[in-house]
Amino acid sequence: MRIKCPICGERDRREYYYVGDAIALRRPEPDAGEEAWDDYLHLRDNPAGRTRDLWYHEMGCSAWIVVERDTLTHEIYDTGLASAVTKAGE
Amino acid sequence: MMRVAGRGLIDRETPLGFRFDGREYSGFAGDTLASALLANGVRLVGRSFKYHRPRGILTAGSEEPNALMEIDRNGDITPNVRATVQELHDGLVAHSQNRWPSLSNDLMAVNDLLSPFLGAGFYYKTFMWPSAFWEKLYEPVIRHAAGLGRMRRVHDDTRNEKAFAHCDVLVIGSGPAGLMAALTAARTGVDVILAEQDSDFGGQLLWSGETVAGQPGTEWASDIVRELGAMDNVRLMRRTTVTGAYDGGVYGALERVSQHLATPEADMPAETFWRITTRSAVLAAGAIERPVAFPMNDRPGVMMSSAVQQYLNRFGVLAGKRVAIFANNDGAHRLADDLMAAGATVAGVIDSRADAPRSDAFRVWPGAVVTGTKGRQAIRSVTIRSDGRTFQEEVDCLAMSGGWNPSLHLSCHMNTRPEWSDDIQSFVPRDDAVPGLFAAGAANGDMSTRACLNSGIASAKSALKRIGVTAKAPKSPEAEDRRYVIAPLWEVSNAKGRAWLDFQNDVTTKDVHQAARENMQSVEHMKRYTTQGMATDQGKNSNINALAVLADTTGRSIPETGTTTFRPPYVPVSIAAMGAGGRGKGFAPERFTTSHDLTDQQKAPWIEAGLWYRPSYFPEAGEKTWRESCDREVLMVRNSVGVSDVSTLGKIDIQGPDAARLLDMAYTNMFSTLKTGRVRYGLMLREDGFVMDDGTTARLGDNHYLMTTTTAAAGQVMRHLEFITQCLHPEWDVRIISVTDQWAQFAVAGPRARAVLNGILDKPVEDADFPFMSCGDVAIGGIAGRLYRISFSGELGYEIAVPAGYGESLYALLLAGARAEGGGPYGMEALNVLRIEKGFLTHAEIDGRVTAFDVGMGAMVSPRKDCIGKTASERPGLNGDARCQLVGIRPTGAVKQLTAGAHLFAERAAAVRENSEGWVTSVGYSPVLESYLGLAFLKNGRARHGEKIRLVDHLREVEAICEVSGPVFFDPDGGRARG
Amino acid sequence: MAELSWKPATELTGDRKIGQATLSALTPEFITSIAPFDHAAKTIGAVMKSAHGMALPAQGRMTGKAALRCLWTSRGQYFLIGDAPADPALAPHAALSDQSAAWAGFRIAGADCEAVMARLTPIDLRAATFKRGHVARSDFSHMMAIIARSGAQQMDVYVMRSFAKTAEHHLVEAMKSVAARRNSEIVT
Repeated sequence: MRIKCPICGERDRREYYYVGDAIALRRPEPDAGEEAWDDYLHLRDNPAGRTRDLWYHEMGCSAWIVVERDTLTHEIYDTGLASAVTKAGE
Repeated sequence: MMRVAGRGLIDRETPLGFRFDGREYSGFAGDTLASALLANGVRLVGRSFKYHRPRGILTAGSEEPNALMEIDRNGDITPNVRATVQELHDGLVAHSQNRWPSLSNDLMAVNDLLSPFLGAGFYYKTFMWPSAFWEKLYEPVIRHAAGLGRMRRVHDDTRNEKAFAHCDVLVIGSGPAGLMAALTAARTGVDVILAEQDSDFGGQLLWSGETVAGQPGTEWASDIVRELGAMDNVRLMRRTTVTGAYDGGVYGALERVSQHLATPEADMPAETFWRITTRSAVLAAGAIERPVAFPMNDRPGVMMSSAVQQYLNRFGVLAGKRVAIFANNDGAHRLADDLMAAGATVAGVIDSRADAPRSDAFRVWPGAVVTGTKGRQAIRSVTIRSDGRTFQEEVDCLAMSGGWNPSLHLSCHMNTRPEWSDDIQSFVPRDDAVPGLFAAGAANGDMSTRACLNSGIASAKSALKRIGVTAKAPKSPEAEDRRYVIAPLWEVSNAKGRAWLDFQNDVTTKDVHQAARENMQSVEHMKRYTTQGMATDQGKNSNINALAVLADTTGRSIPETGTTTFRPPYVPVSIAAMGAGGRGKGFAPERFTTSHDLTDQQKAPWIEAGLWYRPSYFPEAGEKTWRESCDREVLMVRNSVGVSDVSTLGKIDIQGPDAARLLDMAYTNMFSTLKTGRVRYGLMLREDGFVMDDGTTARLGDNHYLMTTTTAAAGQVMRHLEFITQCLHPEWDVRIISVTDQWAQFAVAGPRARAVLNGILDKPVEDADFPFMSCGDVAIGGIAGRLYRISFSGELGYEIAVPAGYGESLYALLLAGARAEGGGPYGMEALNVLRIEKGFLTHAEIDGRVTAFDVGMGAMVSPRKDCIGKTASERPGLNGDARCQLVGIRPTGAVKQLTAGAHLFAERAAAVRENSEGWVTSVGYSPVLESYLGLAFLKNGRARHGEKIRLVDHLREVEAICEVSGPVFFDPDGGRARG
Repeated sequence: MAELSWKPATELTGDRKIGQATLSALTPEFITSIAPFDHAAKTIGAVMKSAHGMALPAQGRMTGKAALRCLWTSRGQYFLIGDAPADPALAPHAALSDQSAAWAGFRIAGADCEAVMARLTPIDLRAATFKRGHVARSDFSHMMAIIARSGAQQMDVYVMRSFAKTAEHHLVEAMKSVAARRNSEIVT
């Protein structure tokens, strides 16, 4: 499996550390309430198809990356820097 | 001898001696073990798995189900090697398998007589009850009978290797299609890897006897290979089987590097497992001829038609002197011509097609079938049914061909099923089944040489187009364009006797019929019920036949019936090859501190902490147990001074205008208020409110901090800090970098610590100007270092750091200084006791399941700011009386021992799971307090100090009555550390 | 007065030639990491130029000359490697940290340098893709490493100091295996 790091280019999967859903980027405010925090911490969709998750280029440039991919075909549609996604508020 | 003069590509100038089952034979360079055995007239080469039927060589390729051997290299035995793949070398030693006491007299052949009882589902139905019989009787008996080759049961130290390769176009297979594809791609200048599983390039051109561009096929192939070999952008990989297609253009490939050599160099890997990354690929893996299921088709001497042709034309070996051919397609007629030209007698061609082509040279029975074979350990006659008449022909070899199955396996590795082609009566790969993989030649169902050459070019053009390269296609050379005419024939009907489908797993048509009758009508069910295709050959020459028989039995078409999934690897790959590089030092890298060599000299045993190696204790003369050393080291630190290498703790340099913000976010407590030159203990939570790590952080300047983490969590904390700064707050201007390896850092602890330090510091430190929890720059012999007054032992303690290049030198000075003060080094065991006496935490306590509240640090979660984990840590379930809370325990009853991992129970409660009130995380013997001490989590523990509790360790069978206390046993007000 | 002596990160001395590859230690006197602050994104280039006479390299590249080079080493981070530490003039513009003792450097040179590296790292080191002056951060036998092509047939590898022995072991093993293939005329 190959993942394109927006900084380093396409790299082998073994350079990356997988975290989980990119929902982790949207941290609720401390007072957002139990439901919002429960969603953020524990509730995950399990899509058969398109998903967005976070990968850390641990053995490479240390960038956190948002990877949009397909859980059925394993096709990777797009990757981007998590910092840019957060800044853009996506 | 079955060798034919003047035929084949073997080197008759180079004879090679080899042994099979103890007997000496000889062959030639260029032989496989299989061709050399056939040349020597050896027909019986193995026993089948289940019925122990005598078996001979069936094929000439990697799909071989029967001829599995143990190859013995000076006692180093590799089992299950296919004789058709093993190249002959001088001194090769091979043994047959799965027989006892000998190949010709195998007692387990009694299974064959029992075969009426051993049909499909036998194991499922028989070994069911009584259930107690499973472990005691059935399993040992089955395990004894199971498996083919023997295990050596000693450590396998064969050298294997892993490697990575990158290219633009990977061409899999080097027959006419593969060669044309490689040539087309290579001439554009892109990087090409041509992988061929055989020892030689050329595929069917090596044995089909066809001409290409007016030349013999073998010559044309070597011309192309020579041209490719001269190009810098081409890598020719022979003996390399592409075993799997993976995501993103990654392919696995197994290269047999040195198993064909009589005396490989010591450093030569036996096999190399390659990970090939390519932008596009051409699948030109050819096709595999399939048998026909007729009674007793497994007798030695019954062989694939193409194999007979291959042994003759490539190896100069006649598989028989009087050969019959049973086929349902035209291809087999070519073999008859070749056999006659080589001087063999063709008993006739039994062609199932009523309109089979006739020949003047040999007899053809059109519309005929084979209904049986005879012969004890090799075929002697074949029973033919033609025109309603049944008769026997004497033969010593029967060549069979049920048609060809494209080797499309790789195209299915990403879960696409192939599609059925009526033209060739087999499956062909679907377009785009694996992104970037284009099938060509016989693998694509192109059955003539000319069609192969053309599709080789076409597929290369598609592969190049995908990567944006336009190819000027080479002209397709002249070649034969024979039509492939086939009429389906899977199973000879109305014939008595067992007809084999899967030779390796002994699956017959009867088993498939029975599976269908018992409603295993899905191909996946049938497969598992009968074990069809589940042997090491993965049913390469039997799966389609079994599927067709299932389809017939259930009255469905083959496409309706479906097909099983092909999964990697395409050929068996030894675990040793797949895990190459992961043994010994390759298992995990080793991290060594700068004091490693000096510590080794003191014979300290090592313990692993993550990837790091740390000393356990430092044995002194006369000490017999680790406890004696540990007790001495603990007392040494409490009474004089000890030195310990703490460089393994993670050290993270944090700088920038928003450095303080980052720390406030990462830690539960405040760091923005920390003064420069001061150090503070910090607690870090995960976002779900549980403790992640702890450590001290020093403020080195306004915008400059140095964080320490625990040894094991350094990587996790680094990742976490990167997460905060990149994912949550990319607007913060802060930079982080690991400096763990830059600084060698040593703890100097004990009442005499300052004296030791002042013996080496350029400028002595005083208690007052370097108080507890302060830090600053120091110099040793003019070398700049850093000093932290922190303590993990509860004693007056410092940690001194210098650039790692000076680490060994500083360690030696500190040791000498400590010894002069009556102290010395201490290891991890003593360090553990010291911190338990003080109730300090390690990851034994913060194991990912405890909260700040649990460890008694709820108050450290600052109410004045947000931090990671704060919101979740306030949830009711993570606080309160119901939680197990950190306490100290000390044995007060008759049993004075404590064990970590034990559970805690009320004094009189039964020691069962439901009654557990907590667990013990750390224990140690305190020579200071002359007692075992433990840290534990106990339900509502902080309210229960002074209570008696019962410790029960079910595994070690320890029970002890303990008194509950606070976790700090020694110097509770911390006066010693403050100096 | 106490005296400290310096020990290099690797015990490898001189050249170790095995087949068509030669292994040697890289022992630069100084390695300083330079991580420009956001607020200095526009100014850092000029400061670097005037301080060290070289630009900050682009991603995956290096600048400077043999005696002192600046390598891109990861996201927003550069290493100045050679006979001088980073000029303190950079300090207001970038986080500087001394890494001189933190890394063990190896140079692998010769016709088989790519083949040796192909046993140790998954990255694409083909000459056309990974040219002289290119730098990558990647996996090196389960160790995070900085890998650079410092010559047509020459690669530099830096791993964290504590990994030095493991890295040397793996390099030597790969060299032996590649050399054995060569001796038997098997493609490397």
